[in-house]
Amino acid sequence: MREITYQEAIREAMSQVMREDERVFILGEDIGVYGGAFGVTRGMIEEFGPERVRNTPISEAAIAGAAIGAALTGMRPIMELQFSDFVTIAMDQLVNQAAKIRYMYGGKASVPMVVRAPGGSGTGAAAQHSQSLEAWLAHVPGLKVVQPANAYDAKGLLKAAIDDNNPVIFYEHKLLYSTKADVPEELYSIPLGQADIKRAGSDVTLVSTGIMVQKSLTAADLLAKDGIQVEIIDPRTLVPLDIKTIVSSVKRTGRCAVVYEAVKRGGYGAEIASLVAESEAFDFLDAPIIRLGGKEVPIPQSPELERHAVPQVEDIVEAIRNMMQKA
Amino acid sequence: MSIPLAKRDWNGNDVLHLYYQMWLIRLFDEKVDEMFAKGLIHGTTHLCVGQEATPVAACAALMKTDKITSTHRGHGHCIAKGADVSKMMAELMGRVTGYCKGKGGSMHIADLEEGNLGANGIVGGGIPIAVGAALTSNMMKENYVVLCFFGDGATNEGSFHEALNLAAIWDLPVIFFCENNQYGMSGSVKEMFRIQDIADRAVAYGMPGHVVDGNDLEAVYDVVACAVARARSGAGPSLIEAKTYRWKGHSKSDGRKYRTREEETAWKAKDPIARFKSRLIDEGIATEEQLNDIQARAKMEIERAVSFAENSPYPTLEMLEEDVYAH
Ligand SMILES: Cc1ncc(C[n+]2csc(CCOP(=O)(O)OP(=O)(O)O)c2C)c(N)n1
Ligand SMILES: [Mg+2]
Repeated sequence: MREITYQEAIREAMSQVMREDERVFILGEDIGVYGGAFGVTRGMIEEFGPERVRNTPISEAAIAGAAIGAALTGMRPIMELQFSDFVTIAMDQLVNQAAKIRYMYGGKASVPMVVRAPGGSGTGAAAQHSQSLEAWLAHVPGLKVVQPANAYDAKGLLKAAIDDNNPVIFYEHKLLYSTKADVPEELYSIPLGQADIKRAGSDVTLVSTGIMVQKSLTAADLLAKDGIQVEIIDPRTLVPLDIKTIVSSVKRTGRCAVVYEAVKRGGYGAEIASLVAESEAFDFLDAPIIRLGGKEVPIPQSPELERHAVPQVEDIVEAIRNMMQKA
Repeated sequence: MSIPLAKRDWNGNDVLHLYYQMWLIRLFDEKVDEMFAKGLIHGTTHLCVGQEATPVAACAALMKTDKITSTHRGHGHCIAKGADVSKMMAELMGRVTGYCKGKGGSMHIADLEEGNLGANGIVGGGIPIAVGAALTSNMMKENYVVLCFFGDGATNEGSFHEALNLAAIWDLPVIFFCENNQYGMSGSVKEMFRIQDIADRAVAYGMPGHVVDGNDLEAVYDVVACAVARARSGAGPSLIEAKTYRWKGHSKSDGRKYRTREEETAWKAKDPIARFKSRLIDEGIATEEQLNDIQARAKMEIERAVSFAENSPYPTLEMLEEDVYAH
């Protein structure tokens, strides 16, 4: 195997699928010669041409709607949002149309499309370019939501997302684009709804999503030095959610922490914590379930404020230490 | 060029001050470019080098009590509306002495005292806001007008179309001012429109549309002054399209693969500052030496701004959770 970046893994998945399936195409702003704001589609227009790598005007509502219309009539579009924040402009089409068409039509139609959405903070791009709004979309029946945490998962999950017959929101994290992992050259699929144990441990179950998986891995190394063995579970997909893997881990460890970058209030980690509390794992809990999430603020530009707006490695270490002491 | 400069009424502005402002804008953005390259500024920025005539001329036609809405490429608008470059530089550097305490950064500078309702990270986001500000003027009989800056790319957002129609049916005092710099990021106006002039869209909403050479300070001033008079008299909004060009890349990392170096050179020959300088000299308003002094004065002001910003503190961590809600 060879190491490639998260960004390359996403591009490779799209390119390999597009070579096999003429119904798959990409549309979005500046995805042509510019290669997209984060360079994900770099080189693709050269290979696939402007028919299948379609540069659009700055019109998120129309881009989303056009993707839906194409999907409804037999294509399998991949729409790139330049920043996930702009989903707000595409929201009517995604929430009131894409998510509901199959159900409203009594199961007669399907909308097989992927919305690729770079999210998260850490680049100094401030309040309108740094959000993590995945919980909004996860709330809507009919949409699936994927959040890959490394290059390997990104490639396999994107393949599964493109093959899925539903609208799938694929959350990429800007800070992960340059991170590397071993990624097979051939195309492979990671089923949606299958969590991954990113690190095995016996003392506490830490459920982490997106960029927080990496931070949790670093935190777990530090905690191991204190003799605390953290088990890290990455759900990888929020909808569908593999709650089984989480519950069985909590039953073993007796403790559960959930960490996510999005604003803590109403974030998807709240859903995970609730599901654990409602499950058979409840009787095994030795401590209250805890959540770490973003502060209830828009993301500020000033670097230190920005860092403190979302959980960092030291916050995870401290929270887990406190949790262990309380037992 | 019709009216001799000396005989012109610049709405009470000193013509040499307008020349100074153009240099202040150019030197500010060139300094920002340099500081980004050195890693002294966190985040992203959009420079308006080459587009100095549009903000200066448009704002010269306004009263101090009039308002503007700005864009992601907003440093020029902000300076032309009377901002203090020191507080702007401090904002870009994330310092507490900046216009927004360092929370907003380059894309969110607002200077409410001078009537600048804010830059915007969302393309097209400010257009309906300008309409609302004009509504206040009408409802409260405040008699101010609102000049709404946006780019060519923004006119393909639904917000543009909805806002123009609303302003038109309510006869609101708005001047919709499109800085057509030929590209929305990498999207050329030649590819993103089937019309030659964006100003033609005015017809669809029942308001006058004007095309003007955006690198000609006098021409821009004249057309805006007309639209302002119309708006103030209660006759309603206008759409102005100023053709210009951004000399630098879209934002901090842009290889400019979507355009040619020849095209850039051709536009640089239409440098709005050099053009106005020749006019001032030809008409005997100032000597070359005097104009060079003005430029040097602007340079000193920028140096002062940098040292003010560099010597300013960052916001404290307590400030992270302040300002989310009004009291
Ligand atoms: C709703 C939205 N879509 C996309 C972007 C990303 N983006 C920022 S600036 C820009 C180009 C804007 O072009 P234009 O309106 O012509 O302004 P210019 O940059 O040329 O000044 C794009 C696509 C954004 N900030 N907001
Ligand atoms: Mg433009």
